[in-house]
Amino acid sequence: MERVGALQEKARQIRIDTLDMILSSGSGHIGGSYSANDILVALYYDVMKISKDPADPDRDRFVLSKGHANPALYAILMDVGYVPKTAKNTLRQFGSPFQGHPDSAVCPGIDCTTGSLGQGITVGVGMALGLKKQHRSQRVFVVTGDGELNEGVCWEAFMAASNFELDNLTIIIDRNMIQLGNNTEKLMKLGDLRGKMESFGFMVDEIDGHDFNALLPALEKKTVGKPHCIIARTVKGKGVSYMENNVAWHGGVPKGDQIAQAYAELGGTYNG
Amino acid sequence: MGEKRATRHGFYDGLVALARDHEDVYAVDADLGSATGSSIFQKAFPERYIDVGIAEQNLVGISAGLARVGIVPFCSSMAVFVVGRGFEIIRNAVAYSRINVKIIGSHTGITAASDGGSHQAIADLAAMRALPNMVVLSPCDYNQAKKMASVMYSHEGPVYLRTSREPVENVTSEEDEITLGRAQKLRSGKDVCIIATGMMTVLAVRASQILESEGIDATIINIHTIKPLDTESIREEVIACNGRVVVCEEANMFGGLSEAVASSLVEENDIVFAQVAIEDRFGQSGATATILEEYGVTPEGIAQKARRVVHH
Repeated sequence: MERVGALQEKARQIRIDTLDMILSSGSGHIGGSYSANDILVALYYDVMKISKDPADPDRDRFVLSKGHANPALYAILMDVGYVPKTAKNTLRQFGSPFQGHPDSAVCPGIDCTTGSLGQGITVGVGMALGLKKQHRSQRVFVVTGDGELNEGVCWEAFMAASNFELDNLTIIIDRNMIQLGNNTEKLMKLGDLRGKMESFGFMVDEIDGHDFNALLPALEKKTVGKPHCIIARTVKGKGVSYMENNVAWHGGVPKGDQIAQAYAELGGTYNG
Repeated sequence: MGEKRATRHGFYDGLVALARDHEDVYAVDADLGSATGSSIFQKAFPERYIDVGIAEQNLVGISAGLARVGIVPFCSSMAVFVVGRGFEIIRNAVAYSRINVKIIGSHTGITAASDGGSHQAIADLAAMRALPNMVVLSPCDYNQAKKMASVMYSHEGPVYLRTSREPVENVTSEEDEITLGRAQKLRSGKDVCIIATGMMTVLAVRASQILESEGIDATIINIHTIKPLDTESIREEVIACNGRVVVCEEANMFGGLSEAVASSLVEENDIVFAQVAIEDRFGQSGATATILEEYGVTPEGIAQKARRVVHH
């Protein structure tokens, strides 16, 4: 339980850092950062084999295919020491390692440039295939949005993942049910997502994506001969009541009283 | 000159030779190995050959992933599909990401004749030239295509290579050295500078023989590297031919080699410029010779343009 408690505290801090960064930049995607927040925390602070050196070829690989959720990832990369904390106030600014969407060429610890939806999945499949071909043991974790699955290339990549028996690959679907313009089931319904992923050859687990007691065993699970998919049921904007499940908070920035309320609900203080 | 052979086969013969010394060389295809030529590699190194099925976005994306874990992937399909359907993945996952992926587009131009216009790539040069960080290569014959594998391997970063289905005679020799980014002079003349790429170089050499019999002495410059373009040599050679220049490419007239050469000459005086290219229309089915005639992409077509600029 100590393990879970520590992760919950880390998750709270990363949410506050994310809010700090989005407020300082005046733009960024807070809703999707908060829905994916706990998945990222479980991976970086517990499940993944990371290294002090972001360039270490022997560490596990992480792809944030829903690249717009990068403020949470950037907050983690600073916290684990891959990027100096002085970068915190540079989100989306000129010359920053924290580009509007993750850019591996300028940000240490980013394993794949993303932002164009669907691409992180196909590149992640290539990484897992390449590691297997070279008989290397590192795992590849890819976090994708649910709306992102509208892109056809995701399904090309899923087909390939099972064809090549990529049991070193875990696809985590941040199933927050909301994409930019509407509820996913109203805009372009995914329907029986579990059935779809199973029929594409994945071992599928469906869990509460904010519960570390569920996240840890699911992320640690190793499949044999097939890729693993975790459908993580999440809440867009999780942690701040007025953002939760609200389509308006895909890309919104808190203003006025909303700022103090957000910090209060997250248990932090506003330093702005 | 010897027998006629296609650049699509020359390239993979070269890649097989390269792969013997470099374990990180892989070939990736989208179920067109017998068309692109990559089945030559598959036969030699089955364990380093990956077929992703008929999925060109995934072809490029998987290749980018392979490159991110230290493999040097050479991924191929017909140019229409890998450049067309794969474009945005090439743009973001390869070129923008500065990732070491090599892309091979086969069946370029209109000489994939019997397949028809749907399969004939005429916009690939424009598309690939437009991307920052992308090197664009276009070998003229089998011998040159064979050397491209090691040229591409030695350059760390994204490269697009254009190959052709049509077998042509060799106009370069196995001994010729090629340097990335340098123009290659095949014939020295004084009346007109004919600049060509890909299979058009072979036609340009034939055109120079027609012109010679008429007393016109042509320089022939082969451009195997369309980007970065050797603008300095181009300027020198064109000026040495009194500013008379004909550019030949088996691609649409917009955005390819002709416009690249034209931009390199805009600051020069007294340039007389002509273009042999596809005149802004799609291809169609037919025998190769019929199609080349219809589109004016023939030695005589080149010779006509050359006469016009010389007598301007």
